[in-house]
Amino acid sequence: MSGMGAVPASASARAQMHVVVVGHVDHGKSTVIGRLLADSGSLPDGKLEQVRAMCERNARPFEYAFLLDALKNEQAQGITIDTARCFFRTAARDYVVHDAPGHIEFLKNMVTGAARAGAALLVIDAQEGIRENSKRHGYVLSMLGVRQVSVIVNKMDLMGYRREAFEAIRDEYGAFLRRLAVSPVSFIPVSAREGANVTTRSPETAWYEGPTVLEQVEAFVPAPDRAGLPFRLPVQDVYKFTEDGDSRRIVAGTVETGTAAPGDAVVFLPSGKRSTIGSSEEFGLGGGGAVRAGRAVGVTLTEQVYVKPGEVMCRAGDALPRVSRRFRANLFWMGHAPMVRERSYRLKLGAARVQVQLAEVVNVLDASELSTVAGRQQVERHDVAECLLETARPVAFDLHADLEGTGRFVIVDEFRIAGCGIILEDAGAGRSILRERVDRRENAWETGLVTRAMRERRFRHPGKFIVFTGPGGADVRDLARRVEAHLFERECMSYYLGIRNVSADLAEGGRRAPADDELRRLGELARIMTDAGVLVITTLGDVEDHDLETLRILNEPNEVFVVAVGGNPFTAFRPQVEVPAGPASAEAVAAVVQGLQSRELVPDYSI
Amino acid sequence: MADPAPVPSGPVDHLDALEARSVGLLREAYREFRSLCMLWSIGKDSTVMLMLARKAFFGHVPFPLVHIDTSFKIPEMIAYRDRLAREWKLDMVVGANREALEARRTFPDGALDRIACCRTLKSEALKHTVSGDWPRFRLDVATGEWKPDERREPFTGVIVGARADEEGSRSKERYFSPREVSSEWDVDDQPPELWGQYATEFAPGTHVRIHPLLDWTELNIWEYIEREAVPVTALYFDRGDGTRYRSLGCHPCTKPVASTARSVREVVAELRTGKFARVAERAGRAQDVDDGGGLETLRRGGYM
Repeated sequence: MSGMGAVPASASARAQMHVVVVGHVDHGKSTVIGRLLADSGSLPDGKLEQVRAMCERNARPFEYAFLLDALKNEQAQGITIDTARCFFRTAARDYVVHDAPGHIEFLKNMVTGAARAGAALLVIDAQEGIRENSKRHGYVLSMLGVRQVSVIVNKMDLMGYRREAFEAIRDEYGAFLRRLAVSPVSFIPVSAREGANVTTRSPETAWYEGPTVLEQVEAFVPAPDRAGLPFRLPVQDVYKFTEDGDSRRIVAGTVETGTAAPGDAVVFLPSGKRSTIGSSEEFGLGGGGAVRAGRAVGVTLTEQVYVKPGEVMCRAGDALPRVSRRFRANLFWMGHAPMVRERSYRLKLGAARVQVQLAEVVNVLDASELSTVAGRQQVERHDVAECLLETARPVAFDLHADLEGTGRFVIVDEFRIAGCGIILEDAGAGRSILRERVDRRENAWETGLVTRAMRERRFRHPGKFIVFTGPGGADVRDLARRVEAHLFERECMSYYLGIRNVSADLAEGGRRAPADDELRRLGELARIMTDAGVLVITTLGDVEDHDLETLRILNEPNEVFVVAVGGNPFTAFRPQVEVPAGPASAEAVAAVVQGLQSRELVPDYSI
Repeated sequence: MADPAPVPSGPVDHLDALEARSVGLLREAYREFRSLCMLWSIGKDSTVMLMLARKAFFGHVPFPLVHIDTSFKIPEMIAYRDRLAREWKLDMVVGANREALEARRTFPDGALDRIACCRTLKSEALKHTVSGDWPRFRLDVATGEWKPDERREPFTGVIVGARADEEGSRSKERYFSPREVSSEWDVDDQPPELWGQYATEFAPGTHVRIHPLLDWTELNIWEYIEREAVPVTALYFDRGDGTRYRSLGCHPCTKPVASTARSVREVVAELRTGKFARVAERAGRAQDVDDGGGLETLRRGGYM
């Protein structure tokens, strides 16, 4: 055996290409695929005969499309409901063909099929011509980033294989695609039913010199390697499995673009935390070398920083993504209910999951005419719209034009993916929805006859929102409650407000990061209680600058006083008081009270 | 000795790409589902999936493996299951339709056809094992004993090794596929799935099936078994009588194929010749034929 050596996997590895077939309903997508499978000899033995027999039994004329219609109800309806995958292979490589439905109701299924593909065959019926979904599918392909599109002008037999019929569609649809910045790789005159120009050249179209469908499919090029682009590793999870003495803390995810190696300085966004790659981990291989685009990897860090799933790990020397809470995007909406303002949705971008709201509909595209409609307030099902979106907390993203993988997102409504989109521009400088809402609230604020000054004289201190934060969990809460008790003994109006008391899910509140709606309820409640002159005290397990910023805005015009226990968790913000970690002590209580006194927030002992 | 795996920093070939997607899916399932399990049929596909889980979680398998025992499995499969479970320290959970087995409501003993038998011993048993309302048993890896499972929490995420190229209905599956309260699959209204984002949200009372192997072909599975030295049962190889199993199930309904492939390498070579390219992989599974070749009736009702 020694003479043979190890056979590298790539020597025997065959390339795989995903191709999606799209087009208007009944224009012949399934027939094109059925032909491709049958004529390239890819069908299982007896399959063709089985389907022919079934047609005979049911007194229906045989169609190649039936080969794909594996599900019974689909045959009953005569349309492709879902994206069926079928496989075929040529001498050159393996293919996965996605048969995407052309019926408008199943547009979301077409999106599913097309998003997996590196190339598309767009089928247009030569007799019926360009229809609404011919255009809509063209648009969705361009938005999904499918760059290689071949247009199949099908049913040429019905047009007597006339060159003019083919060229009329080629010219009109070519012009349409150019407006979407898509340049089709070919237009092919085909009769899938008769097998013309599918795998063999048809004598009926002697005037046509381009490729057959099979030749075109073989000529599609694989997706370019993304290893040369800036490094982006969306952090899917952080693992610390302790069984068998495993002490590794592993940051795991799939590298979207670029490469990175042990020793590289990295920055995590949106938090801005920095560290250095210690090792790349791979089960069964020990510490590995560089990690690169397209691989699901795990790395350890030399300096332990607290990284959360959803951040993007970047190489410090690369161009970095943007960090913002507002961006302009092109959105395709598939939800049964329209996308409306003042409703929270869930945005998934890379590994990040964050609440998002529709801030503004800039315009809506009329897919069939490619003209835009302004002044709309919501995004209807099957609309393609340019929108401003605002997230509840900052997210790291790239513009889609710069990096596709980290420049696109989906939106979840309740339990369903209802929309997808690509990011056009960072709109972080605009006024936020939160800012506007708080301004509206303050303008309409209703007061009683007792003024702030009267309360301060009575209580001998102003109202204040005091936030304790730190990784210590129970220790931090203990300290906060002892400060509450201490202030109360000194006749202050102190009140401890547990985050759990404003949490919708009672079991969940506590040590983990506050959810966005908990933060909002907390801030709103603090605004009222500080207005009533109370020293409102709370603890938050794990906060970042933007959480504090949200609380500050919500609590306006009153202020927030921050006590950091066991280190400053913020990147830019400086807490008013820092105390060391550990069980709550009299010294720590004194340090906090001293901090409050020095700012004249609570009266001195001597008074 | 197995060939060493390729250096991870090299260019991405087709097996690497399949592996990366599957690992990403497994990690996504682990991130999003608190109560997660993986179905392990002991066949080649779900054993590759188990290997992928060990890769995804760096040598650990952080969720239980569920096996539905029909009691008709070929005995070597059960011996192989228990050996691997102890060797890899797997958290093994086994469930069965004990009532049907005790009453012999099975094929061919009882008055049941193949489809009804599958529904009874697999779909029904799976549904009630996943929901936790039937007894299930957990393996003590230290002693090898099976003990009644005290923590019968319902699993809300179930990882299944179905492949799209196996047969028609599976070609329409999503990577993350919601199942209704009744375990039914609403194939007409599936969520969209794109850009590596999946339907991980689910309504109370429903569960989600996760399919990390959807894009793998039979040949890919064997190529990976070869590359990663994945242990598989010897039933997949010719042991002297000129036959081997391509797909493993219950013995009354599973027939071997004519083949002289005696090792993983020979199976890979055999598949590459295209010998079976025109014969369905599950052609030896009689219930598929009885279901009109599509498995659709069974799968809508919760079959894997």
